[in-house]
Order: sequence, then C-alpha cells, then structure tokens
Amino acid sequence: MKVFKAIFSIATTLLLIWALQTKFGDVPPLGEFLNPSTGFWQNAESKNVIPAEKLKLKGLQGEVTIRYDENMVPHIFAENDHDLYYVQGYLTAKERLWQMDIQTRSAAGRLAEVVGPKALELDRYHRRMGMTYGAEHTLQGILKDPVMSKVINAYSDGVNAYIKQLKPGGYPIEFKLLNYAPEEWKPINSAYLLKLMSETLAGGSNELAMTNVLDKFGAQVTNDLFPDYPTRETPVIPAGTKWDFKPLPVPAPPAAFKAQMLAGMKEGKEKVEGIGSNNWAVSGSKTASGYPILANDPHLNLTLPSIWYQMQMTGPGVNVYGVTLPGAPCIVIGYNQKVSWGVTNVDADILDWYQVKFKDANRNEYWYNNKWNKVTKKIEVIKILGQKPLTDTIVYTHHGPVVYDNADMAKKGHVNVPVGNALRWIAHDESDEFKTFYLLNRAKNYADYREALKYYTAPAQNFIFASADNDIAITPNGKLPLKYKDQGKFIMDGSDPANDWHGWIPYEQNPTVKNPPRGFVSSANQSSTDQTYPYYINWQFAPYERGKRINDRLGAMSKATVDSMRILQTDDYSIRAQDILPTMLKYIDASKLDETQLAALDTLKKWDKYCNATSVGASIYGNWWVKFYIFTWRDNFEDKKTLLSYPSMDRTETLLINDPNSKWFDSKTTPVVETASDILMASFIAAVNDLVKDHGKIGKDWQWGKVKPFEVAHLGNVPGLGSGNFESGGTGSTVNALTGGHGPSWRMVVQLGPQVKGYGIIPGGQSGNPGSFYYDDMLKTWQDGKLKELLFLQSATEKSTRIKRTLTLSK
Amino acid sequence: MLFPVILLLAFISGYLFPWWVGCILAFGAAIIFGKRSSWAFWSGFAGISLAWIALALLKSIPNEHILATRVAHVFHLPNWGLLLAVMAIIGGLAGGLSAVSGLMVKRVFEK
Repeated sequence: MKVFKAIFSIATTLLLIWALQTKFGDVPPLGEFLNPSTGFWQNAESKNVIPAEKLKLKGLQGEVTIRYDENMVPHIFAENDHDLYYVQGYLTAKERLWQMDIQTRSAAGRLAEVVGPKALELDRYHRRMGMTYGAEHTLQGILKDPVMSKVINAYSDGVNAYIKQLKPGGYPIEFKLLNYAPEEWKPINSAYLLKLMSETLAGGSNELAMTNVLDKFGAQVTNDLFPDYPTRETPVIPAGTKWDFKPLPVPAPPAAFKAQMLAGMKEGKEKVEGIGSNNWAVSGSKTASGYPILANDPHLNLTLPSIWYQMQMTGPGVNVYGVTLPGAPCIVIGYNQKVSWGVTNVDADILDWYQVKFKDANRNEYWYNNKWNKVTKKIEVIKILGQKPLTDTIVYTHHGPVVYDNADMAKKGHVNVPVGNALRWIAHDESDEFKTFYLLNRAKNYADYREALKYYTAPAQNFIFASADNDIAITPNGKLPLKYKDQGKFIMDGSDPANDWHGWIPYEQNPTVKNPPRGFVSSANQSSTDQTYPYYINWQFAPYERGKRINDRLGAMSKATVDSMRILQTDDYSIRAQDILPTMLKYIDASKLDETQLAALDTLKKWDKYCNATSVGASIYGNWWVKFYIFTWRDNFEDKKTLLSYPSMDRTETLLINDPNSKWFDSKTTPVVETASDILMASFIAAVNDLVKDHGKIGKDWQWGKVKPFEVAHLGNVPGLGSGNFESGGTGSTVNALTGGHGPSWRMVVQLGPQVKGYGIIPGGQSGNPGSFYYDDMLKTWQDGKLKELLFLQSATEKSTRIKRTLTLSK
Repeated sequence: MLFPVILLLAFISGYLFPWWVGCILAFGAAIIFGKRSSWAFWSGFAGISLAWIALALLKSIPNEHILATRVAHVFHLPNWGLLLAVMAIIGGLAGGLSAVSGLMVKRVFEK
C-alpha cells in the first residue's frame, strides 16, 4: 500500500511537471513560460540603465565603443570595417533577435517548422514564388563582391556571437511563447530580408484580374477604363524634363498582342490604396538656412517590434546616422556630414506571369520558341511542427517557377496567382543591393550618389538625395526590364520569345533629375515620368494626390525650415476631396434627405477638407466616396467566380466629371436607367446610415479618429504586445497616409549644411522586447506628429548629456 | 523545518537551475524533513510559490511591471497581480506534489 501510494504520488507529480513543460495548441508550456527562473519574468528589463560596461567579444579585431542615448540608439565607433559590421550584427541581435528570426523564416518558407500546419500554405507560397531561389542568387551576387562579402560575413558573425552566449532564460519572449529556440544566423538570411521587401513592395500582381477584365469586357472597354496614364498626374520627374540620352530600341510586341489590343470593335476587386511613402528635398534657394533640407517617410505595415532600428555607425571613412533593417548590414535611410538620402517605392512592373503549355501531365517539357524545352525541377522540403515534412516539387521554366500547379492550390492560397503560369520576377535575379547602401553611407557628393545607385536591383525605389554642396536629386532606380508598352499588363503567352524580358533599361537612363528649376524634388509613389519617357515602366502607379499636395506646398514655400517639413509630413489635407467633392455635392437633392442626412450634408459643405482625427466631415466624405466607388463598379466588376480589377479612383473621378450619364452608372440589377446623380444619392444615404448604425447620432462620435481604427500591432499579432487602438488623422490619399495599419515607419528630416542636423522618429522604440522601457517609448512622440533631434556624434569621446550608457567591446 | 528549507532551496536554485530542479529539491527535503502529508504538501506549496513570487518580483519591480502587465493581457487577465497568482499556484502545486511524493517515498522505507 505504501509503495502504491509513493508510486501514485510520484506519477502524479511527474505528470504535472510534464504537462507544465508541454505546449498545448497555441498555449505555451505554462511551467516553462511562467516560472521566474527561465520564463518570461527574465525578459523584464530594469529601468536602471548601467552607465558603463566592458565586454569581451572574441571575434573582434580591435576595440569598439558604443554610446547609447536616451532612446537607446547605439552610436558605434569602430576601428575598422569588420568590427563596425560585426558590432552592427551583434547589437541588432541583442535587441531584435526574434524579429530577425521570424521575418527570415517567413521569407524562407520555414514558419510551419515552428508554428505548425497553419503556416503551411504561406510557406508553400513563399517557396513556390521562388524566394529561396532568389535569395540564393542574391547571396551569390554579394559573395562575388569582395567588399560586401566581408561586410555580410562580419554582420552574420556578430549576430552569432550574440546567439552563442544566449541561455534559454535570455531568449526573447516570443521564442518562449512559441516554444522554440534561436538558431544560427546565416548570411543568406540578410538576402531573405531583401526578398521580403521585394515581396511587400513589388510582389503583388493584378495580371490575372486584368486578364479576366479583358476576357469579360474586351479590349475597347479595358483600354477605356484602365488607361495607361491617369487623367491627373504630377510625375516624380517634373513633366517636361528633357531626356539627355539616346534610348535603346524598344522591343516589338508579338503580333498576337497587337491583334488582341486592336480588337476594339468586338463588343467587360475593390483596391486598397494608401500604402504610401513620401520623400522630398528642397534646394537651399527655398530654405531659411540656404542649404537643402531632405525629408522621407517610408510607409509600411506598422509593427512592434518597430520595423527599423536606428543607429549611428562610425569607422574609417564613414560616419553615418539613420535606420537599419534588423538582419541587414548598413544604414538604409539616413545622412552623414555631407549628404542625406531616402527612398519611396517605385511601382515598376517587375513581376510578370507567363502561360505555360506543357507537353503532357508529367510536366517535363514545355512549348517555347516552336519546340519542346526541358523544365528543371526544384524539390522543397517543408518541415511542419508535429507532422511529417511535406516534399514539394516545383517546376521551373526559363522564366521562373510555376507557382500554382492546379486550381486547388490557388483556392487554398493566393487567389491572384494565375494557375499553371510561370513567374518572372526581378527578385529571382542575382543582385547586390547592400552595396548601394554601403556606398551611400560613405557618399560625399552627387557623383558618389549616382555611382551607388548602379548596384541597386530590387525593389525599385525613388532614391532622393541632397548634399551640403547644395545639390538635390531624385532617381526612380532599380534594375528595370526593357519592355514593349503594356508588356505584362496582362498574362502573357510563355511560348513566344517576343514576350520575354529583353534586357534592361541602362542604369544611367533610369529617369533622374538634378536641381530642377522649381527648386525641389519629391516622390509619393506616383508615375515616375510624364509620357515622353522613352521606356515603359508600368501602366499604373499609386494615385497622384499625395504627390500633388507635396508639390503644391513645396512650390508655395520659401524660407523653409525643418518644422515646415515636419508639418508637411503630417499633412491631412485631401486633394481627392478638393478634386471631386464639389462635383459630388452638386448632385445631391436636399429635398429628398431626412434630418440626419441634412445635418451630414451641411457638415460636409462646411468641411475644410482636412482629414484630421477630430474631423466629422472627413468621416462622411470618406465613407461616401468609398460607397460611391463600390456602387459604381460592383455590378460589373464583382464576380464570385472570377477575380476582376476595379477601374482606378482616377478613372472613376474622370467618369463622374466628364460623363455623368455613362452606362457604367446604370445598375444592372434595376429596370430603370441610373445616372451618376442616382448613384451619388444612394451612396450618400447609405454612407450616412452606416455611420448612424455604427456610431450613433451625428456629433463627436463621428470624428474621423473614432471612425477609423488604427493600431501598431505586434509582428506576430500577439494580443497585448501591440499598441492597442488609437485615434489618428490622415487617410490613404493624404500625405499623412495612416490607414489600415499602414503608416510612416520612420519620419526623417535632415537639414544639410556646414553642420548637418537630423530629426527623426519611429512609431515604437529601439528595443524589440515588450519588457523593455524602450519598446514603444517613441510612439507617443510619433503620434503627436513630432520629431526628435537626432544625436550625431563626431567622436567616441564627445560629451553629451543625452548619453546614458557606454559599452566597450574588445577582443 | 520543511517549509523554510524548501523556500530557501527553491529561491537559491531559481538563480542556477531550470524551474523543475526546485521540485526535485522539495522532494528531497521532504524525504529528510517530512512528517505529515498535509504539512508536506503545504510546505512544498508555500515554499515554491513564495520563492517564485520573490524571484518574479525581484525582476518585475525594477521593470515597474510593464512586462507582467503586457503578458497578463496576452492571457486575457486584467492585471499582473492575477498573473503572479496563477504562477504561484502552478509553482505551488508542483512543489506541493513533489514534497508529498518525497514523504511517501520516505514512508516506504520507514520502520
């Protein structure tokens, strides 16, 4: 009996301990996670900062001094390049290890390995998009470059130096929540981050939806509703800028393409906009100081840990401040003593789909150039937590991978991927993007800037530039394929060599402008050029409104200061409302409205067109416009069976202004013939009714900040680790484009001159640890639309009251 | 005797070993000092849970409980105090059961 009791009680105890060490579903092992010795409590950082500390790091060649300011931005002083990038890797890992791990894991299609089958489709998609294939090529490109191969290896060694001394108690909290351990960092991971950026900024496509439109409506309607250039535009390179080069001959489209597009006499998805970055540089002739000012706010899906990690990096021949991408070497956006630079995305068409005709179901050969050609097959093994690994064979033609083999894959995965099509994507090519940043970090003048841009492949960016020599410039830059007009607007026939990419636009012929007469350069993702540029970049770019507002404001400015730039970065004025609201209001018949609707109409008529957080007019206008847009197109372009593109906002505005009796305003579901007037009335009433339904009586609860949800969510969407919902102004088409979780991931303003001065803010903090005081300490300043003066030290010993901690690392 | 011994051992081992080592120590302490089973259980329970509370607070107070508050929200608990209580109960149960097991083993060999 005693023996039985002893065995029973030991068994119960062991069972409990086992249960506390085991992960059930999404709940982490409770004993492991909650205990104070190795659990989450260990991630609670003390408020007390250790003012001076010395550490040994075996991999270093010399001594490195790191000085941390009050926001825990590290200012690194190294004696050589190796140590500079080694310590960049080390310090970044110290603050952002989980972020680095999960992002590269996601890009590499290895999420299921740690979170189980729910990530399998995403993993498969990433593998089948050729992310691995592309990352391998990029790594090859980097390793061929003697300078950059040293940089990337030093960075990687630095990351590993941190990982190696890490004990389970010190793992970032997300590893504990998900119950896995950090693994060795590899140089290819940095390449994966580039692929992830390419996916975010240049990995979407609407070729399938556009091809469906063409099939349904024919060429005439498609050309009419999806024109190759918007009605309203203020291109990045000012209209009328002369092209001072002799262009290469543009390739001819295949005969079949022409026939298709000329067949006009044959007888027809709501787009989320507003992932909008801005940058501009103002010449000294327009500033108070007489020296240029540069501003940049790259917009991305905002997360905590913050997307960017601020850093000052000083070594032989370099002293640069800016933001870094955790997991990648160098400063991506920033400034040094002489120059400043920044980026926004170029919506270049660098992703195309090709229909493939296979010989038979084995898919070993495909028809191209009038003969059967062999495919290559790449086998991907996807590990899945708690299940057997999945072996996936991916067929590659000379274009690239066939992403989805059958309709079933598309149904479970991304609906915009055309089944059985091969993907040609710039992110598959060998490249060496970090070289551009390495050179920009060290650039002294305009010539250095131009040289640096040559090495950049993807995703294409509007590289803006200003220097202490009073030069300003902007270049939509990247490796851009040489295409015939509209090549890749629709899915292409993969058997015809005429549809291949025919080489590249020479780098020096990428659109660029230096010191234009108007005294400023700017970009906001809109069309790169006017229609005189000899090459085809894309048929559709982001809408023009942000660019227009920036150009209007900058054009009107004189004696501009850093603060004028800050105010413009947080500008909420709606150019779209300015363009279209008067026309919309014209059609409203007040006699048919009830009391609330009349009140809403009155508010709208008095509205100043600023979408700030307290504006009621912004809520009414915003909802009305979206409803009008959907009501106009949904009967023709909403189809449960086929994915169709909606015509653009620009085209919709033009239709309303020029053609209010167009057949497109007639709803197919009613016997009467509607015009724009009917759709405007119906959408206005629906918009107001919706606001009443969701927010009650017209008044304070209708304020834009209350109507529009916004938060900076945790990268892994863990509730409680994000910012929570907060009120914010701005919308997709305003300069301050805060919408759907997207917004300025870094706001920077740099005043060039004999003594450069930088200002910046990130919506979060330097630390990736939710248990740190520096996880979100800058969020409030960012929400308030303010910037922090950045501390740009000239030497490791420079005195500043802002220095809170000094870390010395040596061999 | 049992309670202070477990408390002390659990506290010190908390800085050196994984959490379940505290359970082994409670088990061992009960073999030596254990008398009544209910007393053994509560000594193990209180010893481990109080040690854990102390260890957790030593981390959490300088942190002004910002992490504990966030993690409480992750588990849909209203405040960090409840999270601390959940931790204390889990540690206490493991400690209590370990101590009882120690006592039961001791009884097999008694007389």
